[in-house]
Amino acid sequence: MKVALRVFGTAILFVGGFGQLAGLREYIHAAPLPQQMAHEMTSEVKIDNFSFSPAALQIKTGTKVTWTNADDIPHTVVSDDKIFKSKALDTDEKFSFTFDKPGTYPYFCSLHPKMTAKVVVQ
Amino acid sequence: MKKEDEIKFDHNGDGIDRRGFLKCMAWAGTGTLCVMKGGVMKSFSLSRLGELEPAAAEGELSFVQISDSHMGFNKPANPDVIGTLKAAIEKINALPGKPEFLLHTGDITHLSKPEEFDNVQQLLKDAKVKESFYVPGEHDVAIDEGKEYLERYGKGTKGAGWHSFDKNGVHFVGLVNVVNLKAGGLGTLGQGQLEWFEDDLKAKKSSTPIVVFAHIPLWSVYPEWGWGTEDSSQALSYLKRFGSVTVLNGHIHQTMQKVEGNVTFHTAASTAFPQPAPGKADSPGPMKVPAEQLRSVLGVTSVNFVRGQKALAVVDSNLS
Repeated sequence: MKVALRVFGTAILFVGGFGQLAGLREYIHAAPLPQQMAHEMTSEVKIDNFSFSPAALQIKTGTKVTWTNADDIPHTVVSDDKIFKSKALDTDEKFSFTFDKPGTYPYFCSLHPKMTAKVVVQ
Repeated sequence: MKKEDEIKFDHNGDGIDRRGFLKCMAWAGTGTLCVMKGGVMKSFSLSRLGELEPAAAEGELSFVQISDSHMGFNKPANPDVIGTLKAAIEKINALPGKPEFLLHTGDITHLSKPEEFDNVQQLLKDAKVKESFYVPGEHDVAIDEGKEYLERYGKGTKGAGWHSFDKNGVHFVGLVNVVNLKAGGLGTLGQGQLEWFEDDLKAKKSSTPIVVFAHIPLWSVYPEWGWGTEDSSQALSYLKRFGSVTVLNGHIHQTMQKVEGNVTFHTAASTAFPQPAPGKADSPGPMKVPAEQLRSVLGVTSVNFVRGQKALAVVDSNLS
């Protein structure tokens, strides 16, 4: 299992959350795929109390970042350069984006623009 | 906290010191009537209304303001925003003087959904007012940059929904400060709207009472929480020459008032849920109060204009 999930050059984008990933794992187990298909690096950002946590997320290229809104008020996740832009996330809703290029990606909540943070991709 | 220091407006040019400004702050639920006469504002607790001159209660123009109905919100702070909006409408319908029209200062909906807009439109049909005027809050432009809002309320407006109209000699301007917000910033009016606003006021005599309404406060209530507008000082500079200016806002879900020179600023309570006083919580999120107290921290605002007195009386009443 771990071998199948090792990091390889080609990243696969999973559209769903961990549930689908778990499903895929089972699928891999049942019928082994070429190794480069099985890979995912993930990271989480929590939106809580009108702030992003962590405010500066360090990740490796190819990581999928998932934001989850834990507030009772909707928020958005919008890159300053409009590279990524979520819809308004209601409570417990999620937004994911995979960072394929190194760099620093500042972002904010377009509804509450005092909420700012960044993702640093190495 | 030195709130005075956060206020950047310097539009009077009359040498009045900040310390000389008469201001009053009324937290939601206390119920305060503020009357401005000749640039001096007096405030009365609702329990002392008997001290008011009768003329202040029966003006030539009265209207109501409601705000932040957040239709679609269903969290513990208020699982029944329909019920509290209905209570607000009952409050309006029970006012002694029939209000000429209703202003909604934004966050009509919680998530800009068509069914949320539908619900509010349906409920407000029961309000005994001839007309209603709106400006959007950030929640009304959250999913489609305001497309749905403009389809419903954009008729006769410009840009993101800004507009002006005249009623009984009072000039009303609805401004939009919730679109194209910049990272790290506050509410924004933008250059295009500012130019329109300056032009809109040009033909008005200095004696014309002006009422400006917008969602996010046009004064720096608490910039740390985004409770202010980046370029409001520019907008307010156009109002210097007018003798009577009233600014009505929402967004902060509590009543607050301030007088600076010729301008009276007022924020209305929400009809949906209260928010904490500036800096009194970790964040400005919905404030949960005991169910039996909820309606005491929600409310409607009625405004009364009496010609000749240059007075606009602003009365907040809660829903309990």
